[in-house]
Amino acid sequence: MSVAEAGIARLAVERASRGQQVKDLIFRAALLLSLGVGFITLGVLLVDVTLDGGSSLSWDFITNFPSRISPERSGVQSAVVGTLLLMVTTALFIVPVGVATAIYLEEYADRDRWWNRLIEVNIQNLAAVPSVVYGLLGLAFIVRAPLSLGTVVLAGALTLGLLVLPVVIVVAREAIRAVPSSIREGSLALGATHWQTIWKQTLPGSLPGIATGVILALSRAIGETAPLLVIGAALFTRFNPNDVTSDQFTALPLTILRFVTDADSEYQTLGAAAILVLLAILVVMNAGAVYLRNRYEQKW
Amino acid sequence: MGEQVIKVLLALAALISVLTTTGIVVALIRDSIKFLEEVGVTDYFFGTKWTPLAGGDQQSFGVVPLIYNTLYLTAIGMLVAVPAGLGSAIYLSEYASPRFRRIVKPIIEVLAGVPTIVFGYFALTFVTPLLRDIGIDVSTFNALSAGLVLGVLVLPTIATVADDALSSVPQSLREGAFGLGASRMQVAVRVVFPAALSGIVAGVVLGASRAIGETVVILVAAGQLANLTLDPQEQMQSMAAFIAATSQADVSTQGVEGLTLFAVGLTLFVMTLLLNSISIRFVRKYRQVYE
Repeated sequence: MSVAEAGIARLAVERASRGQQVKDLIFRAALLLSLGVGFITLGVLLVDVTLDGGSSLSWDFITNFPSRISPERSGVQSAVVGTLLLMVTTALFIVPVGVATAIYLEEYADRDRWWNRLIEVNIQNLAAVPSVVYGLLGLAFIVRAPLSLGTVVLAGALTLGLLVLPVVIVVAREAIRAVPSSIREGSLALGATHWQTIWKQTLPGSLPGIATGVILALSRAIGETAPLLVIGAALFTRFNPNDVTSDQFTALPLTILRFVTDADSEYQTLGAAAILVLLAILVVMNAGAVYLRNRYEQKW
Repeated sequence: MGEQVIKVLLALAALISVLTTTGIVVALIRDSIKFLEEVGVTDYFFGTKWTPLAGGDQQSFGVVPLIYNTLYLTAIGMLVAVPAGLGSAIYLSEYASPRFRRIVKPIIEVLAGVPTIVFGYFALTFVTPLLRDIGIDVSTFNALSAGLVLGVLVLPTIATVADDALSSVPQSLREGAFGLGASRMQVAVRVVFPAALSGIVAGVVLGASRAIGETVVILVAAGQLANLTLDPQEQMQSMAAFIAATSQADVSTQGVEGLTLFAVGLTLFVMTLLLNSISIRFVRKYRQVYE
């Protein structure tokens, strides 16, 4: 090979690699751009809602009941009360059931048995069922016979609870699994029974993880609109429910939907303000979850 | 003795999840059968006019437009979510520094935690007017705006699952490719991406299943009319949005109108269940290879 030929070959290689460098740069820019789609939308969405709703936000807005005739005097008290009642009632349902299921699957279930594998596959599939379908389940069996609760807070809470139960179970299982087996073995070696070991060692050790999972599940539950629509909850009410087993109720997502779909733009503004109330509740809950995780999480 | 009782109680709790599935299937099938007896299988599955709440002669139960609209809206969403979600995942797994990842991943999770009603408000009051401002002549309720926002809504699902899949590709494959002189892009596109393909497909399928079942964005921004049109500027109604809208419309619980909820619910349930099983299958495939 002559010197010239070698030079040409080198040039070709260099040109190819320079072309490749340009391509790499464009590719990297495109990737960053796609990352921007989610970020920019999130940013624009938050700014948009704040600008639209911020000026309507006041203590009166939170304490007044919604009004069909006067947007200025309309508020979200019944929706906030409904959402908080739903949250507490749902928690009372999903904590025992979710944690018990997680303990069963992690500490007792023999994976070689078909019924235990069925439970696992089943939970995986339930997590992907659309929320509106849970609404139909609630309508068919909880609102109507056999439970026949009617459209009350308890019916809404059970429906939402079934919807988010897979979240609690999955997170609680991870937390239980993270407790090292040496802890269990130590407890068993000292003569504790299987259940005593779970109750005194495994559960306390996994509590921060479980609490995080419960908060995550509840924040998903209170943001849900579709299941509550399907079971027939009111879009807004001018009263708070007296208790969870009687009276019509509403919740923040439903009242937001009512405001947002009103033809009157003043009500749409109230929708944005109500969204800010909902987002504030969610921020507080998630901050609580982060705090719990950082404060109490054990490193084994 | 006490230990046995506790085990039984725990197992009963676990049984609730199985009962939930059974309940869903029973509720949907029971009323769907009644519905099909009244309407007829052919009229439901092959009818091209969906006006179940109209009176007299105008009433028609052909589900084709509803399914078509659901898939159409999902397709618009996926046009946004697949490139943006996969692009985000590739950047996070192949380019981002650990510090960048630590900051950015939680923000993507925040996006996934925003209630859907907020996205509905955003589509109706921000995206639709924006589309008009840039010269696209959309009606107040339209498929385009709802579909685009639907895409942003399922983007985190696709990005998270795809990122997991890409990150689980062994480092040795990357090092081998770099050693042969490949550039970063070549490693990402020709080595890591194909190696993680089954996990990526799983994420995309799961995203599509989310989009198909999403209710509120479409209810708020896309309108209430199932429409056999190709024009994304017009209004459309998905299956989930129909169920939500109709349950508000005070239909009689025993009449055939009330039964449509369950027939459409069963159709939707079967579609998402199929997609979810496909997704689970793909996830298993990549786990078997690398773990």
